[in-house]
Amino acid sequence: MTKLVVRNLEMTFAGPPPVRVIEPTDLEVRDGELVCILGPSGCGKSTFLQIVAGFIKPSAGTVMIDGTPVTGPDRKRIFVFQERGVFPWLTVDENIAFGLADLPRAKRTEIVARYVDLVGLKGFERADPQELSGGMKQRVEVARALAVDPDMLFLDEPFGALDSMTRLTMRSELLRIWQAAKKTILFVTHDVEESVQLADRVVVMSARPAKIRKIVEIDIPRPRDLSAPRYLELRDGILEEIGLAHAI
Amino acid sequence: MRFERVALPLGFGVALLGVWHLAVVATGTNVVPGPVQVMRGFVELANRGLLIGYTLDSLRRVAIGYFIALLLGLPIGLWMGLSSTVFAALNPLVQILRPISPIAWIPVAIILWGIGEAAPIFLITLAVLFPITASVAASVKSVPPMYIAAARNFGLSEPAILYRVLFPAVLPNVLVSLRTALGVAWIVVVAAEMIAVDSGLGYLIIDSRNAGKRYDLVVAGMVLVGAVGFLLDLGFRGLERLRSVRWGFRSS
Repeated sequence: MTKLVVRNLEMTFAGPPPVRVIEPTDLEVRDGELVCILGPSGCGKSTFLQIVAGFIKPSAGTVMIDGTPVTGPDRKRIFVFQERGVFPWLTVDENIAFGLADLPRAKRTEIVARYVDLVGLKGFERADPQELSGGMKQRVEVARALAVDPDMLFLDEPFGALDSMTRLTMRSELLRIWQAAKKTILFVTHDVEESVQLADRVVVMSARPAKIRKIVEIDIPRPRDLSAPRYLELRDGILEEIGLAHAI
Repeated sequence: MRFERVALPLGFGVALLGVWHLAVVATGTNVVPGPVQVMRGFVELANRGLLIGYTLDSLRRVAIGYFIALLLGLPIGLWMGLSSTVFAALNPLVQILRPISPIAWIPVAIILWGIGEAAPIFLITLAVLFPITASVAASVKSVPPMYIAAARNFGLSEPAILYRVLFPAVLPNVLVSLRTALGVAWIVVVAAEMIAVDSGLGYLIIDSRNAGKRYDLVVAGMVLVGAVGFLLDLGFRGLERLRSVRWGFRSS
């Protein structure tokens, strides 16, 4: 089933001088799919994600989710901002409960406990965000997003600020959570390896103004072997597509 | 650690009192009071019922002026922080008025309000209003936009975004400027009471000098101003340890 349909989406930021960010773009995403949007820094992929999430109005074109045009942000579709979106004045459990204010207390406690568990933060419920590492804060944000039971998650370079070892752990955590919670995920990254490790499909974007150069189906079963010939083949294909040599 | 924080300043204070006392005795001055005379001055003030009375008079003026300034400054600052149009209109005015010493307003205060309660309260309001307005506006403007975006994403209404995200986000910053402003208000009330009224600690100091050159009472008044100011600040520092704002003071 199709979840998201993007048609002729264009974006130009009003100047002066006006900046063309996204060339007319079409994209369809299936329900429950994990799609990575890959592109160089500053190419407009983040703007694309914010438009799909409803935070920015496009200059032209439409975004339809479940057959309904997107007119603004919605709690059915949560945007995860690196770890910097965690509210520092709330504890871990208060952060996760942020979107649940309308629920009765008992229900809220139950949901928070479930997602604390899912993202592996047991024992840190009463901790302040300042006491947490970057990776843990990232989990708090993911748990806060999942707690309101959205259909879609938008992740904007969520692991960009983490060290490379934590980043690897977080990728497999994300896959585990994605398989457990069955959400449609749009994941923006500039990391070729990351996109091939995570995605069902990789949308390869050009430099600004962004347009889709190619959509690559990652037909490797999970868990993925990162030294399998097919993995290397797909990765090298994408590197070639964006004009990067795979030798250093 | 505990020893250093209590015994060190205490020991230094006692030593300083000793030097002061010896200097007064050694020079045989009868103009500059020593610590003993000042101590007697305190007793005299207490007996005349002025010690508590004058302190409360000053505190009341500060409290009223401070309160009026917050009543005006907090919403105006918030409005400036939220609307770039309002900010563009008001910020130059606030920034020009802010560096004018409240003392410079004394003649204006007397023209406007005459001699009486209103003048010092007006001066304190001015002393607090501009820095608070500027600080609230700046704090609101510097709230990370992703906090607001996240709140919107979770479907919060505009008022809910204000009290669940914006207010907690600016609270630590605003608390610091409230503390600084209270310190300034306490400095200003002393100056204002020297001119416009006939009670309070500022009046005590200027009146003790004018009516009989009672420098022991002048110094007693000064010590009292210092002690009360210190206690006010101490109380405010206590607020910074509250759970809801502790995160903003983590580095210290």
